[in-house]
Amino acid sequence: MERLVYIAVDGVIFASWLFLVSLGLTFIYGVLRVLNVAHGSLYALGAYMGSSLVLLFLRAGYPTALSYLVLLGAALLIGLTVGPFLERVFLRRIYLKEEVLVLLLTFAISLMLEDVIKLVWGVEPYLVNAPYLALGQVKVAGVAYAVYPFLLTGIAVAAGTLVWATMARTRFGRLVVSVIEDREISAASGVNVPLVFTFAFTLGAILAALGGAFTAPMISVVPGVAVEVIVLAFAVAAIGGLGSIEGAAIGALLVGLLRAAAVHLAPELDLLAIYAVMALVLLVRPYGLFGRAEVRRI
Amino acid sequence: MLPALAGLLLLAVVAPALPGWTIFLLSMAFAKALVVLGLVLLLRGGLVSFGHGMYYAAGAYAVGFAMKLLGIREALLLSAMGLAAGALLASVLGLLLARHRGLFFAMLNLAFSMILYAILLKFYWVTGGTDGMGVRQATFAGLLPSVAFLRLAYFYLTLGIAVVAFSLAHRVAGSPTGYLIRAARDNEVRVAYMGASVPQTIYRTYVLSGALGGLGGSLSALNVGHIVPELSYWTQSGEFVFVALLGGYGHVLGPLAGSIVFELVRNYAYKFSPYTWQLSLGAILLVIILFLPGGLWSLFERAVRWRTRWAFSSRPRI
Repeated sequence: MERLVYIAVDGVIFASWLFLVSLGLTFIYGVLRVLNVAHGSLYALGAYMGSSLVLLFLRAGYPTALSYLVLLGAALLIGLTVGPFLERVFLRRIYLKEEVLVLLLTFAISLMLEDVIKLVWGVEPYLVNAPYLALGQVKVAGVAYAVYPFLLTGIAVAAGTLVWATMARTRFGRLVVSVIEDREISAASGVNVPLVFTFAFTLGAILAALGGAFTAPMISVVPGVAVEVIVLAFAVAAIGGLGSIEGAAIGALLVGLLRAAAVHLAPELDLLAIYAVMALVLLVRPYGLFGRAEVRRI
Repeated sequence: MLPALAGLLLLAVVAPALPGWTIFLLSMAFAKALVVLGLVLLLRGGLVSFGHGMYYAAGAYAVGFAMKLLGIREALLLSAMGLAAGALLASVLGLLLARHRGLFFAMLNLAFSMILYAILLKFYWVTGGTDGMGVRQATFAGLLPSVAFLRLAYFYLTLGIAVVAFSLAHRVAGSPTGYLIRAARDNEVRVAYMGASVPQTIYRTYVLSGALGGLGGSLSALNVGHIVPELSYWTQSGEFVFVALLGGYGHVLGPLAGSIVFELVRNYAYKFSPYTWQLSLGAILLVIILFLPGGLWSLFERAVRWRTRWAFSSRPRI
């Protein structure tokens, strides 16, 4: 019986991490119809920048309590600089070309960013876990859990709510929704579509870097993190339906709980569970749980 | 096609004079070119598979298991088993995947390749897990070459099988299936109105593509001598897609050109700057996507067209 509690808690923690890392990917696809393979690299950039800045911050003697703001700042820094740069310089040239070429372009960008990270930060692992340790532990159903992952859950919920609120409540959000629906009519109605694209890509980049920055204290940041993350984020976004925020949340919960169940009950199947769910969902509903069918132009 | 065959024959003749590392590099290039050829046959239909690593891994592990469990050591038989493994896997998965197009086709292939990766990794008591499986020396029609000639023997095996496979693929590309899949890329509905079956065409091409992937995987396993689960990881599939685009998918020889160039560039790029070889590869891919979407083969085609323009200036250009 207690096992169920552990599965639930582990599942929700992992689900919130998945949601945080897949939110940016699904959002960018929704607006730009671009599958951003460089999402993993942006995540890695956020992790590295967050780690280095917190390292410098703590060495300068500032309190650990403020290091979370530094992580947030690192994410914003990466998102606001790299995001618009990539969108303006690379993506803008190939929007009208076929989907596959855009996918390969982001793949090329991810290869390049992988090496840029190695050139700037080197290949040594970054282990900056003071923010993680500072929060201590809490007892849940008799087992000690670290508090930091629950902070991550809070951040994931906050990020999701923020994105949803921006779309639903602000004027600019309405413009973004109209571009998602039909970019040609929006352009004809006077919406500045290139600006919306840049904004959407930047927001996606910020979310990716946010995921990376706040995951960094939990892990040892090494050059391989991008590769793992992109395929997981992709799986979750695909399950929920690319472009749908609710879908990403439901997909993340599904994958998180199933994986936690697998880890506790049949450990060899934990990796398999994720991709098997993805394959099953896509076979039954090719566009994901909340995705919309794309109309094929003849 | 004929100049290419002549070039390969020349290569076969000068092979004993080339250094060992070149022979090995070219063997790997040919083996991977087979997988990329499978990918290109699908690309002509507008379908990108981001999961061909699973056929590569299937062929490789077929060799490993055949050697370990059945004691087979004959190289030709092992290659045939690799081909069969790839074809079998593709015939099962093709039933599920042939209905999807575009991005979702790519994604589902990715998902299945990652499932295979997870199975190969986690069931370590069967597959060896991250340790992988070793591949012993193979025999060639019963003969066991000495260590000095082994590399050359593998090279000739790979070259011979590659020549046969590429010639067959050229025939398939010129066959009704080959033309139909190109037509399906343009407009599926019209092909259906014409009376041809698009799902069947795609299924057939997919099975052939999987078979070629398995063949490439088995040859690669024989050459390297070690099989790991990473053969099925998405980065391996990404590499195949990269080579497919590098070489171009207008002609079946594109994968061959792309694979050889890729192996050489990667080898030298890694030697000269171990930290930036991915940067150079990414930059090359970027340049190709933006300025040369037809790949390296399109350069060759442009040269041929420029040359014939001199001779036949009033000839209509399609």
